[in-house]
Amino acid sequence: MDFLNALVALLNFVIIPATAYGAQLALGALGVTLIYGILRFSNFAHGDTMAFGAMVTILVTWGLQAAGVSLGPLPTALLALPVGILATGLLLIGTDRVVYRFYRAQKAKPVIFVIASLGVMFIMNGIVRFIIGVDDQRFADGERFIISARNFREITGLDEGLAFRTSQGITIVVAIIAVALLFWFLNRTRTGKSMRAFSDNEDLALLSGINPERVVLYTWLIVAALATTAGVLYGLDKSFKPFTYFQLLLPIFASAIVGGLGNPLGAILGGFLIAFSEVGVTYAFRKVVSYLAPEGWEPEGLLQLLSTDYKFAVSFGILLIVLLFRPTGIMKGKTV
Amino acid sequence: MTSNPYQDDRGNKDRSITRPAATHMGDPVKPGGSAVRVEGENPFLIGHEMTGGYGTGADILHACTIAVEPGEIAVIVGPNGAGKSTAMKAVFGMLNLRDGHVLLDGEDISALSPQARVGKGMGFVPQTSNIFTSLTVEENLEMGAFIRRDDISPTMEQVYTLFPILKDKRHQAAGELSGGQRQQVAVGRALMTQPKVLMLDEPTAGVSPIVMDELFDRIIEVARTGIPILMVEQNARQALEIADKGYVLVQGRNAYTGTGKELLADPDVRKSFLGG
Repeated sequence: MDFLNALVALLNFVIIPATAYGAQLALGALGVTLIYGILRFSNFAHGDTMAFGAMVTILVTWGLQAAGVSLGPLPTALLALPVGILATGLLLIGTDRVVYRFYRAQKAKPVIFVIASLGVMFIMNGIVRFIIGVDDQRFADGERFIISARNFREITGLDEGLAFRTSQGITIVVAIIAVALLFWFLNRTRTGKSMRAFSDNEDLALLSGINPERVVLYTWLIVAALATTAGVLYGLDKSFKPFTYFQLLLPIFASAIVGGLGNPLGAILGGFLIAFSEVGVTYAFRKVVSYLAPEGWEPEGLLQLLSTDYKFAVSFGILLIVLLFRPTGIMKGKTV
Repeated sequence: MTSNPYQDDRGNKDRSITRPAATHMGDPVKPGGSAVRVEGENPFLIGHEMTGGYGTGADILHACTIAVEPGEIAVIVGPNGAGKSTAMKAVFGMLNLRDGHVLLDGEDISALSPQARVGKGMGFVPQTSNIFTSLTVEENLEMGAFIRRDDISPTMEQVYTLFPILKDKRHQAAGELSGGQRQQVAVGRALMTQPKVLMLDEPTAGVSPIVMDELFDRIIEVARTGIPILMVEQNARQALEIADKGYVLVQGRNAYTGTGKELLADPDVRKSFLGG
């Protein structure tokens, strides 16, 4: 019985939250890795792209809520998500037209793009704060729990409760669908294959008649969809605050690099690796160990390796170790 | 190296934030030009008295002429640094031509970009990076046929008949294949557009002599289907043996021109380039 309680506590506080967080990071890292693979630079504006997409979705959600539209037990934000994706797609294509296309025409070195994306980041950041403000915004509605802690205790008779929030369930399901769609697109469609070909060998892609501007356009649209989805899921799961999204850039980049930049499978793996280590290292294991330890052996301390304030240090610790021992990332990156 | 500040990334080679592009394209003709029909009798493909170099650099080619007729194999040979590959790139539009012009099938295509020349029916196999390593063999062939909107499966079947090993490995990543097989993928990819002329830049570079003989056999087979082949070769003797026409370049100029047999028999050519 105690072993079961320990397992439930572990599921409740580590495995479920880390899986949801990992799915959000994976979606974010997929966007980063696609831009790196195809446009050849690290897009520092990615966190704020997520914030922009989430912001538009929130505004539409509020509109829908005011109009009395709802999805029943599911959050209304899912209904607003396509609008958010569309708006973000337009923003990214607009940014490409105004900023990145100029540098492409100049055949600028990738590092110039990186710095340009830093500027884009600040502008997007400003736009989001200007429109929605810097404060926390809540927009989750519908049923809060798939399984609530109390129900779980009543059903199983265990001491430990297990809460499985709707937002967590939706995050996992949506992430699986998004990743399946992305992989189907990249591996099965002509356009997807041309994007991989362009990423693999730009010159040969040109000689094969693949239009680079078209590849770039599709890349931004896919990135917009991934970033908005990741942003909305994160906002539903936690809360929306522009600054948090700016900070999310760090674990997202860590995920993409750890998994192998340019490799979509690696981005997913990296996302979960970072999420599980972040949650695992900053969780106080006292409760779990108390259930497992013999009578009278309960630990006195919290059994927490690091305070949650240091969670970003975990991502970077892993990043350093991976880069030292396997510089191309776990899944050997560089190409999509 | 360059005066364009956007192309200066000195000290910024961090692979974790940027992904350097490999550049083999030379100095491609800008898109937007159009082909002009020309009157008179001309070879099927001819780079006529081409003079030019990369960017604003010194001329590498000096009034160099290369031509090929349907059903022929034309080979460009010469010592290192003679401008063999450069001459072929000039024909394909990857060089800034200051003088001379390129005619294909009665049209002046000098103003066309390399991509547009592919559309006009030129198939080009670069010397290096000539396959998509992370794509499967079949995807490589599909990408070769990207500009086509019709059914590509008959062409793919033809390529598989020509290179049976590729059919066995069609679901394998092209980067996992051996050197000779990669070259077959590269040639197969170029054939997928059903080109009117095929240009090969040192197809046997870095493969063993046995594989080289096999590749030459395959190239002859391709030529027998009627596609004219223009080829740069390091292995001058073997290449001239299969050539209908040979061009010996020295320092970007036509030094000797003739049929493959004539050149092989020419004492000067033998002494200078074929080792006696």
